[in-house]
Amino acid sequence: MEVLGVWIAAGLTLCIFSFLYRDNPFYKFAEHLYVGFSAGYWLVYTWEYTIKGMLIDPIRLQHAYSVLIPGFFGVLMLSRWFPRIAWLSRISISFTVGIGAGLALTGQIHGFILPQLKATLLPLTSINNFLIVFGVITTLFYFFFSRERKGVTRVFARIGIVYIMVAFGAAFGYTVMARISLLIGRFLFLFRDWLHIIKV
Amino acid sequence: MGFWERMARIDRRIIYLFIAVVVIVPILLQITLPVTVSPPVRMAYETIDALPESSVVMISIDYDAASMPELQPMLRAILHHCFSKNLRVLMIAQWALGVPLGIEALESVAKEYGKKYGVDYVNLGFRPGGMAQMVGMGKEIRDYFLTDYRGTPIDSLPMMRHIHNYQDIALLVGLEAGATGDMWVIYVGGRYRQDIILGVTAVIAPDAYPYLQAGQIKGLIGGLKGASEYEYLVGKPGLGMAGMTAQSCAHILIILFIIIGNIGYFMIRRRK
Repeated sequence: MEVLGVWIAAGLTLCIFSFLYRDNPFYKFAEHLYVGFSAGYWLVYTWEYTIKGMLIDPIRLQHAYSVLIPGFFGVLMLSRWFPRIAWLSRISISFTVGIGAGLALTGQIHGFILPQLKATLLPLTSINNFLIVFGVITTLFYFFFSRERKGVTRVFARIGIVYIMVAFGAAFGYTVMARISLLIGRFLFLFRDWLHIIKV
Repeated sequence: MGFWERMARIDRRIIYLFIAVVVIVPILLQITLPVTVSPPVRMAYETIDALPESSVVMISIDYDAASMPELQPMLRAILHHCFSKNLRVLMIAQWALGVPLGIEALESVAKEYGKKYGVDYVNLGFRPGGMAQMVGMGKEIRDYFLTDYRGTPIDSLPMMRHIHNYQDIALLVGLEAGATGDMWVIYVGGRYRQDIILGVTAVIAPDAYPYLQAGQIKGLIGGLKGASEYEYLVGKPGLGMAGMTAQSCAHILIILFIIIGNIGYFMIRRRK
């Protein structure tokens, strides 16, 4: 069974790779198969983990009838399919937006803004610290649009652009690394697990 | 049409061919280059290494097969480290498709060290909930995980008897292919002061560095390079180290392409 799985995976990998030459029926087959499997998987996932796992099982096994309340709000979301009663879905949406905003607001302040702010308030005792503080200030200048950039503000904004470009460059470099890693992963699979040419 | 004009119109398939050759040849020849360990990976290693025996390390599998080449070698290396130090591993997944990947690595590495399920390691699997679940587990894990991934009640597992929330977990290791790592740091690190290490795909590594600089995470393992460094530190060469020579060769080729592309651009512009 495992051997069959490896052969199927290898065949589908080659089908996808064939797109690098040009679009073809093998690629289309693999692509459509993937879309179909994904749709089926998420259908099962929603049933197993959400409807059964969080609604049916708690009622059936633990007699937790309180889950009927969120269940009711979930059903209200389906009212969007019927224009006359679509407004009912807003009740559920407002509930999730409220929870999300509440969690995010406190979480972001405690877990992101304050620690990052603290990490920027550094003594200028080393080059690294200076580069961090200077970078933050100049980048903020770049995003200051309320007044025309003249003189010092213009110079600072330009330096800010350099910092932003360096960040883009780093992000692009890492992205290249990630994409090549995926290619390496596929080749390692083909040569090790499928063809058994290499041993790792 | 001059040389540079022809280069500017080169068939993209020729570039693909070059990339394929520089990736395939080092893999087939199994050439390995020396590994230099970067400070963020060493920090991650030292954080785990400093944990007292029997400490609980929670590993969250927040990726799927698409990120397997980068994160699976990382997971295996971390598991080797944990089990060799007699740490207890509690695995969960915030990505449903990560569960089988976690099972594969956890079961095979645990077997190598003779570790017993329920005593030395437990796999809770996946439950939906995301951010709310992460915050809620700070109160009681059982509010979300009454059973493990096999349906066994977690109270029947000896290891879980004294594990209720983040206070009972010494370290959280998030293996991330998306924004879940941010949630761990912001909501669990920020609210519960949980020590966290992130292992991330290379694409999101630049976004994780500010957390490291701010001391919000104790270490950072980025991409296949980070995985190879961790494999090197634990002395277990695997797919990370096997792929790094190909990675380096591909990078050199891409740098050459960028240089040639820029020379060509300026040459064509000068002629015009």
